[in-house]
Amino acid sequence: MDLTLPEEVQLLRDSVRAFARDVVAPSAAERDRTGAFPTEILRQAAALGLYGIKVPEEYGGTGASMLAYVTVMEEIAAACASTAVSLAVINLGADCVMRFGTDAQKKRFLTPLCRGDLQAAAFCLSEPHSGSDAAALQATARRDGNGYVLNGTKQWITNGAHAGFSVVFARTTPDGGAKGITAFVIPQGTPGFRVGKEEHKMGLRSSNTVQMIMEDCRVDDSLRLGAEGQGFEVAMAGLDGGRVGIAAQALGMGRAALQEGVRYAKERKAFGKTIADLGAVQDFIADTAMQLDAARLLVWRGATMLDRGLRITREAAMAKVFSTEAAGRAADRMLQVHGGYGYVNDFPIERIYRDVRVTRIYEGASEIQRVVIGRAVTAGG
Amino acid sequence: MKILVTVKRVMDYNVKPKVKPDGSGVVTDGVNMIVNPFDEIAVEESLKLKEKNGGEVVVLSIGTKDTTTQIRAALAMGADRGILVLADGSVDPDAAARLIKAVYEQEKPDLVVLGKQAIDDDSSQAGQLLAEYLGLPQATFASKVDVAGKTVTVTREVDGGLETISFDMPGVVTADLRLNTPRYASLPGIMKAKKKEVKEFTPAALGVDIAPKVKVLKLEEPKARQAGQKVPDVATLVGKLRNEAKAL
Repeated sequence: MDLTLPEEVQLLRDSVRAFARDVVAPSAAERDRTGAFPTEILRQAAALGLYGIKVPEEYGGTGASMLAYVTVMEEIAAACASTAVSLAVINLGADCVMRFGTDAQKKRFLTPLCRGDLQAAAFCLSEPHSGSDAAALQATARRDGNGYVLNGTKQWITNGAHAGFSVVFARTTPDGGAKGITAFVIPQGTPGFRVGKEEHKMGLRSSNTVQMIMEDCRVDDSLRLGAEGQGFEVAMAGLDGGRVGIAAQALGMGRAALQEGVRYAKERKAFGKTIADLGAVQDFIADTAMQLDAARLLVWRGATMLDRGLRITREAAMAKVFSTEAAGRAADRMLQVHGGYGYVNDFPIERIYRDVRVTRIYEGASEIQRVVIGRAVTAGG
Repeated sequence: MKILVTVKRVMDYNVKPKVKPDGSGVVTDGVNMIVNPFDEIAVEESLKLKEKNGGEVVVLSIGTKDTTTQIRAALAMGADRGILVLADGSVDPDAAARLIKAVYEQEKPDLVVLGKQAIDDDSSQAGQLLAEYLGLPQATFASKVDVAGKTVTVTREVDGGLETISFDMPGVVTADLRLNTPRYASLPGIMKAKKKEVKEFTPAALGVDIAPKVKVLKLEEPKARQAGQKVPDVATLVGKLRNEAKAL
């Protein structure tokens, strides 16, 4: 058993690490303050092929592995979590179209996305009253001639205001539960599909989070993604991969927190020596390094199992909950190492502390992940 | 035009080197290795010249089998094919120059581009020796390279200013820091690089004896820096500079 990355993933890691260091990181603090969307950074990320990492070459992507994807996530998130979440959702939207789209839909949406002609993609599942219980969603798609008329409000939509296309889930059968949901891919600017309220978040402030509102939004059949009633399957297909992706993103933030904490501990003096020499600080550093390494192994396990075509509901949940909680502790402890300087925005740790918090909430909260793991283990999985 | 560009596998500059206990070298086990940054600049310039003038960029490295990764890194940036001369242990700048010469004679490129020096040994000799052995013109420490027809015009960074020289190809150029900013390898570039050819040769097959002419006797860590001192007044400072530091 060899735990070294394949050569092409090492090259990708080195290239994306340099890009993250030179291009993404320098403006991260400023964008956190202003909330500016990383337009120019994303343009360059698209040119590096980071928009359609797993999209096949014939549609403008690279057809690379999940291991490549999580490596990109870790490196970008270590520099700027907001940019990482934008990229993650771009790849998630692309993933849905790749799995369930027709050839015509793939050519229409994936090729321009991968080229960077579309600024982003969005995934519209959550609603004001349905998050983890996605099957309870209430947006409707009423059959009308050779198309559908959509109504409803989508909540917490990352990239919403910048998305060239959005994957939208709506109910085609009123009381059908999960089976009554259908997926659509809606281009930006479609009449009746508009951006609602922008959220003001405690972290990830340079990412765009909005409501997306459908008011008698008419789409024809060519924009239905998959079959009628297949929507829940579309939503869930990418979920395991998405969870491993968020685990990788949290891992990147945790790694950045540790790096910032170690740097500060080696500079800051107290009682005649650097605080890195203090036992309590050493304990923080040791625990954090240990937990992040364990998180990385869980992320790699999930990614390589997905690459082998295995079902990983349990493993993805484990990676997600462990990595996001390890990263949360990393940020908390490394902020503690900074003392008062950790509580003001002179150092990156304050931003990381705010950014990392949401990773325990989105893409399935920790509590849901534990339910998934517990059920699988109890059932003998 | 055909360009031969060299890359050396060196330790990541973010890693603090540790001298081996016996002083024979530095510890490289488990250390991240990268393309020598000056060689990355050389690769970038070669790719730019190819994009402008057409042709081919061939990447050459010397080292163990692991060095293939650094050749792939250059191929991922856009170079066309690679050549690895397999050599274990240390290859001094003179042996490197003679190996590059042997490859030059097989490939017959219009231009050889090297980094001005490697960040590990900082010798800055291979390019100059190569030009001498080949009897070709050399333009070292280039901060600007222009090609028009057969003529290469190079701006060099020299003490106190810039010098502009030109030569007719073939010739040798070594790249300085400010020549360009290397591109990041794209994901598609990295995947394409997997399929590009990397030919391997042994020094014996090239007819080159790489027995080192320079022998490293010993490596030592620099002395640990002494803690600073605060002095109460200028007179004490001058006294200390004169008597303890012997700087005055």
